[in-house]
Amino acid sequence: MSPFNIVVFVKQVPDNTKLKPEQLTGNSLPKEGVDMIVNPFDEYALETALRLKEAAGAEAQVTVISLGAASAKEIVKKTIAAGADAAYLLSDPVFLSGDSTSVAYALSGALKQLVPDAKIAVFGTLSLDASDGQTGPKVAELLDWASLTTCKNAEIVDLETLNVWRETERGIEQYTMALPGVICMMKCDYELRTANIKGVMKANKTEIPLKTPAELALEPALVGAAVATSQSENVWPRPAKTAGIKVDGSADAKAAVDKLIAYLRENKVL
Amino acid sequence: MTLTIDVARDKWGLTEEQRMIRDMVRDFAVSKVEPRASEIDKNCRFPVETFEEMAELGLMGLPISDAYGGGGADYLSYAIAVEELARVCASTALSFAAHTSLVCLPLSMFANEAQKQKYLSRVASGQCLGAYGLTEPNAGSDAGGTQTTAVRQGDHYILNGAKIFITNANYADVFIATALTEKGAGTKGISAFVFEKNTPGFSLGAKDEKLGMRGSDWGTLQFDNAVIPAENLVGEEGQGFKYFMQTLDSGRISIGALGVGIAQGALDKALQYAQERKQFGKAISEFQAIQFMLADMAMETEAARHLVYNAARLKIAGQPFGKEASMAKLFASEVAMKASSLAIQIHGGYGYTKDFPVERYYRDAKLCEIGEGTSEIQRMVIARHILKG
Ligand SMILES: Cc1cc2nc3c(=O)[nH]c(=O)nc-3n(C[C@H](O)[C@H](O)[C@H](O)COP(=O)(O)OP(=O)(O)OC[C@H]3O[C@@H](n4cnc5c(N)ncnc54)[C@H](O)[C@@H]3O)c2cc1C
Repeated sequence: MSPFNIVVFVKQVPDNTKLKPEQLTGNSLPKEGVDMIVNPFDEYALETALRLKEAAGAEAQVTVISLGAASAKEIVKKTIAAGADAAYLLSDPVFLSGDSTSVAYALSGALKQLVPDAKIAVFGTLSLDASDGQTGPKVAELLDWASLTTCKNAEIVDLETLNVWRETERGIEQYTMALPGVICMMKCDYELRTANIKGVMKANKTEIPLKTPAELALEPALVGAAVATSQSENVWPRPAKTAGIKVDGSADAKAAVDKLIAYLRENKVL
Repeated sequence: MTLTIDVARDKWGLTEEQRMIRDMVRDFAVSKVEPRASEIDKNCRFPVETFEEMAELGLMGLPISDAYGGGGADYLSYAIAVEELARVCASTALSFAAHTSLVCLPLSMFANEAQKQKYLSRVASGQCLGAYGLTEPNAGSDAGGTQTTAVRQGDHYILNGAKIFITNANYADVFIATALTEKGAGTKGISAFVFEKNTPGFSLGAKDEKLGMRGSDWGTLQFDNAVIPAENLVGEEGQGFKYFMQTLDSGRISIGALGVGIAQGALDKALQYAQERKQFGKAISEFQAIQFMLADMAMETEAARHLVYNAARLKIAGQPFGKEASMAKLFASEVAMKASSLAIQIHGGYGYTKDFPVERYYRDAKLCEIGEGTSEIQRMVIARHILKG
């Protein structure tokens, strides 16, 4: 029996809590001069995958695939330290010129090539930088797999079925998903594991293969800017929040309500 | 697991492995060690749970070969681990350092294969803690003046005497200590022994309350006709003093790292406070006097770190490093004292209270000028090296 294969997709992103306003120019977020981190939701994706692996038993394997600059190698290695079994980095300048459509094509192609019998693909629901939430569902579409976003938890029922919990504005929803399938995680209730020294030493000895479009048998016409359907034009800092007004209703409630309505009309909220 | 990559990641010329270990220990220190730091200091409590967690993470024998349950990392990675722990809790860093560089390390260097299997594998894997007994009531800086005796009787040595100020004493299961096997032979009459807590005639005496490092355990080792099997002699008879001094050379790198960690931690707290505290209508960080203190702290901390990393790199490269280790230890100790004092100054009256951690850093820093050779002894060691040319 081939191992029960789980693929996790992780992305290196700039730590947007540390971005300075002057770094927010041009047409994309900076990739240098700021701490780079693993996209926080992807950390939950990895944790979820490792938990699924443990539940599935000794035969299960977690493979990490990332698309990004060669500098993402170090972050990808850390996923090995945390317990992933293998990792690949899709690294070629052409990959970086695309949008979520071309990225999804590259990732789905990588999955087919590198882990052809994968049963589950785990993503973070959103990335800190692009924040479009499209990559996971698009990969599912290209693979013709089931897909669920904004997931909070997933458990293995059997090797063909997952129980998945989603959080939506309405509350928690529970699904049964027939595999293969894509799940996109948000922040989960479980704690992220700390890598141990054995993991770090193993990661250090692990080579992270860099993969080009040709090695993944991708159609050149479908990679990068060639198929991108959107292009980021401008990046600028969010305007600083301005203080609102305080309406005191303790003396005359009606006057206060009138004042508030006038203010909201003035600001086109009503 | 925080998968952060520091922008300044190459500033210290660290290898990928060293950076990964730093990030891992930093993550653990911030999430698990820092939240306990104030409480263990206040209650003089040794945090057993922290050391169990560190054993699980594989940190307790970090620079020891994995053949003996260690982490197989290099000595700079270990120094960085001490630094990262000290940055949030110097007590934890001290107990970790005493266990690793004063017990695991000499066992890996001087013990025979059977002793390594029996003792090193247990301490390096973190199954139990180790303690190192050199200092005696009448033999501190003058460790060659050891008065504890070991008399050979058949298959055993009979030990009598006492060791004081021994870090981890009350929580350790494996001990190494020196004793005089030949009176009148000077330091060449001193031998080293490894033994377990349940050794007949061995007991733990009272412990004093400490100024700082209060979350790190210490105690007195008492030998009253203690019976230690002859096979527990480490290396050769009469070589113990040499082994223990060589151990201290390496240990000093970790005390240097401890000083760097304390200084960095004090700087972290001072930087944060200076930007939050407002007086005369502005953040005190806008006053040049405060900026100059912060600048000095940052500069000196970096300088100390360079000395510590340099000594560790010489050791890794198999070059002589005794002088550099003493310089790193001495300089970093004084930087830790100064930085923690300035951190209190920047906090003003609040810094003098127990509500802020900087007074703890100040009390903890003082140990660095005393343990593993006082500052005076370091100056003597450095002078001896440079005078001999
Ligand atoms: C928190 C803590 C943990 C410790 N842990 C351990 C441990 O795990 N194992 C262990 O064996 N020991 C340990 N020690 C003991 C430590 O190593 C000794 O305290 C230290 O070596 C100094 O010895 P002493 O206290 O006897 O001071 P003394 O040697 O009596 O020194 C008193 C003063 O005289 C100065 N002095 C001494 N000789 C000279 C000289 N020739 N020239 C100039 N000045 C001199 C010293 O620098 C010092 O200022 C620990 C100490 C502390 C505080």
